[in-house]
Amino acid sequence: MDIFLQQIINGLVLGSIYALIALGYTMVYGVLGIINFAHGEVLMIGAMVSLSLLRLMLDLTSGLPTWLILLIVLPFTMAVCAGVSYAIERIAYRPLRNAPRLAPLISAIGMSILLQTIAMMIWSRNPMTYPQLLPSSPIDVWGSGATITGKEIVIIVVALMVMSGLLFLVEKTKLGRAMRATAENTQIAALMGVNPNRVISITFMLGGALAGLAGVMIASNYGNVHFYMGFIPGLKAFTAAVLGGIGNLQGAMLGGLLLGLIESLGAGYIGELTGGVFGSNYQDIFAFLVLILVLVFRPTGLLGEKVSDRA
Amino acid sequence: MLKVIAFNRLSQTAYLCLGLLALILLPWLVGFTGGNYWVRVLDFALLYIVLALGLNVVVGFAGLLDLGYIAFYALGAYSFALLASPHLPQQFESVAAIFPEGMHFSPWMVAVFSIILAALFGIILGLPTLQLRGDYLAIVTLGFGEIIRIFMNNLDRPLNLTNGPKGITAIDPIQFLGISFAKPLDLGFVQIPGLYLVFYLFLLLAIAVAIICTHLQNSRIGRAWVAIREDEIAAKAMGINTRNMKLLAFAIGASFAGVAGVLFSAFQGFVSPESFTLWESIVILAMVVLGGIGHIPGVILGAVVLAVFPEVLRAVVQPLQNVIFGHVLIDVEVIRQLIYGLALILIMLYRPGGIWQKSGTK
Repeated sequence: MDIFLQQIINGLVLGSIYALIALGYTMVYGVLGIINFAHGEVLMIGAMVSLSLLRLMLDLTSGLPTWLILLIVLPFTMAVCAGVSYAIERIAYRPLRNAPRLAPLISAIGMSILLQTIAMMIWSRNPMTYPQLLPSSPIDVWGSGATITGKEIVIIVVALMVMSGLLFLVEKTKLGRAMRATAENTQIAALMGVNPNRVISITFMLGGALAGLAGVMIASNYGNVHFYMGFIPGLKAFTAAVLGGIGNLQGAMLGGLLLGLIESLGAGYIGELTGGVFGSNYQDIFAFLVLILVLVFRPTGLLGEKVSDRA
Repeated sequence: MLKVIAFNRLSQTAYLCLGLLALILLPWLVGFTGGNYWVRVLDFALLYIVLALGLNVVVGFAGLLDLGYIAFYALGAYSFALLASPHLPQQFESVAAIFPEGMHFSPWMVAVFSIILAALFGIILGLPTLQLRGDYLAIVTLGFGEIIRIFMNNLDRPLNLTNGPKGITAIDPIQFLGISFAKPLDLGFVQIPGLYLVFYLFLLLAIAVAIICTHLQNSRIGRAWVAIREDEIAAKAMGINTRNMKLLAFAIGASFAGVAGVLFSAFQGFVSPESFTLWESIVILAMVVLGGIGHIPGVILGAVVLAVFPEVLRAVVQPLQNVIFGHVLIDVEVIRQLIYGLALILIMLYRPGGIWQKSGTK
């Protein structure tokens, strides 16, 4: 029983991180109709930048409480990531908006390699440890034997807060209306006085900032960072976006949480179910299985609209 | 007028013969000036040509992005590694009982087997995704490449199938008509080293694949692929079964990689999951894109350039840095990655047809 509860908790932590990243995929897909292949790298850059900032802050200020340091570092990290994401759009996507479909995909892959290499040059080729700034001693949940750490609580709460903030932004503000209009029909939105280029840039920046936050979360959750850390979470978050229905914000959140739960429950029980043939080292396979199953049985995702070839 | 045409045809044949002669002499020339190391590089370049041509069928002809292409290469390589090495008989007594003299399947038999296997996997992957947008295929193949690697890495427990990250060693060398490519071939007047034999074999394979690709491109199937690439809805309206055509492209591309994989593992004598990372898929994609998407001579050029280029970097840039800075300032691998990334972006932005693009394309 406590294993079950424990896996649910782990799943929620993982899931809220996936949801943050998935939002970036889904928003970009909404306005441009493309998958941002370099999105995972933004997350990696976020983790790296925050590591450098944290080291700097820890050196300069000795008395500050650690949560305050984190609170100062986060906005900077998110701003840098927004900038990186903006650059990705300007370099790899905007010049190719009217090119054949394949072109932006390939340039985005180039961008992704470039970012990884730059990270490798600036930081390190080897994994680096990430300082633990939040309480990570396990707290027993209702005497059941399952535990949760203060860090994990913070991850879940912050993710939920940021996601509700984003929903508010998209549903209730003027900018959000412009974004939704661009997603609906770029040309008509332009006729109505929306500047599509500006909206697209802002969308990329928002997605980048969320990915940066997710990067900090992943780094502090696992305690280390490396230059290829963005790849697997990126792939999984994409799966989450497809599971929820790509292009749909609530869908990305739902998909992220569901995928996190599926993955951690799967990893927790796969050994038992297969009689020890497969172990938890197959955890990464679940996301892929989910992706294939969704594409076969419900390509529109749980909350999505019909995926058409061309609008 | 007729005379001119006849002359042209004659000169064409002459050029062809000259080219072939040059290719036959190439390993001797390279081996003489640069040593066996560079002949090995040439052998690998030919293998990359086969891979790049195969990926070109998928990406260039049909316009589908496959980011897990190396997985099909891995399927071929591991098929041969398992069927022609002492690994399985050592692990399982039942296998050893069936093959008392060890498992030594011929690479050609395994090649046929891996063509079927790779095509089958291609179809399994393609079926759910090819009816959807192209981007989905890219992601699914990306995931597939990772999954294959996870399996190769972890299938050493509880049954040791793949020997995990350590890989499989002592794989049989290539044999052709009873001639082993592991030792020199004595023709009486001249001895042909094994590496040169491998060169000729891979050359034959690359030429065969290039001819198949050219014929495919000029056939009804090739035109259907171009139609799908340019406008899928219009192609459908013209009566093309777009799903089957895309599946066909995907399966053909995969089977080329399967064959190349078999030869790779026989040539190398050793396989491990390390050879089949996402990076390798990207290298092959870069060959296709850099050379000229959909243009066979361009793709061949791209494969040769990018296969030889890292070795040149290693031979030239590393010592150069040592001379200038006294130590290696930027690792060669890093430079290579940097250039690949930049090349993919810049080619797409400024010369989407590649460095040797088809004449008549914009």
